[in-house]
Amino acid sequence: MIRLLRWLYFKVFVQTVILFILGLNIRHRDRLPQQGPAILIANHNSHLDTMVLMTILPWRILDKVRPVAAMDYFFRNRLLAWFATNIIGILPIARKRNSPNDDPLAGCRQALTSGEILILFPEGSRGEPEQLSGFKTGVARLAESQPHVPVIPIYMHGLGKALPRGEALLVPFICDIFVGDPLAWHGDKDAYMKELDKTMRQLAEEGHFPTWQ
Amino acid sequence: MSWLMLKPNVVWALAGVFAILIAASLLVVVLKARAPQKDFSELVQRIKSWWIMITVFTVAIVLSRNVSIVFFALISFLALKEYLSLIPTRRADRRIMFWAYLTIPIQYYWVGIEWYGMFIIFIPVYAFLYLPTRMVLIGVTDRFLAAAGSLHWGLMMTVFCLSHVAFLLVLPTAGNPVAGGAGLVLFLVFLTQFNDVAQYTWGKLFGRTPIVPSVSPKKTWEGFAGGVLTTTLLATVLAKYLTPLNLPEAALAGALIGAGGFIGDVIISAIKRDIGVKDSGSLLPGHGGILDRVDSLTYTAPLFFHYVFYLHF
Repeated sequence: MIRLLRWLYFKVFVQTVILFILGLNIRHRDRLPQQGPAILIANHNSHLDTMVLMTILPWRILDKVRPVAAMDYFFRNRLLAWFATNIIGILPIARKRNSPNDDPLAGCRQALTSGEILILFPEGSRGEPEQLSGFKTGVARLAESQPHVPVIPIYMHGLGKALPRGEALLVPFICDIFVGDPLAWHGDKDAYMKELDKTMRQLAEEGHFPTWQ
Repeated sequence: MSWLMLKPNVVWALAGVFAILIAASLLVVVLKARAPQKDFSELVQRIKSWWIMITVFTVAIVLSRNVSIVFFALISFLALKEYLSLIPTRRADRRIMFWAYLTIPIQYYWVGIEWYGMFIIFIPVYAFLYLPTRMVLIGVTDRFLAAAGSLHWGLMMTVFCLSHVAFLLVLPTAGNPVAGGAGLVLFLVFLTQFNDVAQYTWGKLFGRTPIVPSVSPKKTWEGFAGGVLTTTLLATVLAKYLTPLNLPEAALAGALIGAGGFIGDVIISAIKRDIGVKDSGSLLPGHGGILDRVDSLTYTAPLFFHYVFYLHF
């Protein structure tokens, strides 16, 4: 039943909205993972981001895809919590620690160990439309503990125009997606974050997009 | 205008288009067999996209008049979306762009109810006056003129101009007893696309003198002249089966489509150059985006429509 609902949601509703109303323009599609475990990291400007990333992955691995999402936001009410857990399949994460010994990434590590594909937005929040903000270091800590898992950076442009934070009206814009090469872990967190930042900016520059203001 | 009511000439013309498509596909197979080391992948992709486009177009034309109108409305939507995604826009204008999209169903509704008077002024007058009104109420003045101007230009090209193809379809059959509105649409769309190919081929074979080098360095006077002549010639052959035009009228229609198609093409090229992209999108593999395919039609559709309309309706 849940599988049918997920199929209806993703294949009928989400695909129609994303492929017809928006339209995707994917560069370097071959760099996307075909199986788990893997971590996809992307810039975050819109609720559509997760939907788009889930649409461009092969349908047969959809059951393995877990968008990592803020617990405080998605568990606000029971209906949203049910939808986020069962239909989208989010992996809830606490944005604030309760005690210094908490490991907010424990769930992520466990999911990777069982071969799942995580979608992470290291900016932490959707922020201002079509602007990159700083990346949080959680992804480096994940890479450190599981260095064999490929981490694939993805830059998306256009979704922040189509449905930015705080807006309910969807305006059609074509979304450009740039898939990067997997990042390698060389044993240093700072170097890793610099590398991630540089890769994202390079992917963004491939598009020559004017700033949106 | 269900398929039973399609004029035989229209059915023959559609069959002819498919015959050309089959011939082109066979030609590629032969070329590949003769020169296996050469890369024909772009040509193969192009023809594959042609198959899809022509099949969808044919199904739309054959099913019913309303399906055809919706089909052209969808083309306007895809073209406007590509345009608005390409050009620099302002964050303040998100809602304005939503209104711009809304003009599409409205404009094609006028086509559906055959209200010519409204169809012809809705975008040039009402949309032109209304969208800046909304923009002023939002109140952001920075780059106001650029935003209002580029939005309206896009609406004129992708909605107003392209909707003329749909209005050809609903013109009274009495004005074109041999093939009806569908015949006029086929004549226009086929000759426009044929002209693109003809100009390209003449240019490839004999092109020497650049015509607008700063916009489109590969376009030449030889390609232009050869294309316009071939299109004019073909127009005189096809006109009596698909249109009410007599021989000299048909020749002028062909020249109009040939020259207009060229201008539409280089105008979209100029926009792409201005923005700094090669293709307008990636919807049609081998062709680029939808704007790359309908660029010529944005000019030929209104030009041909008003020419025929003035002479015969």
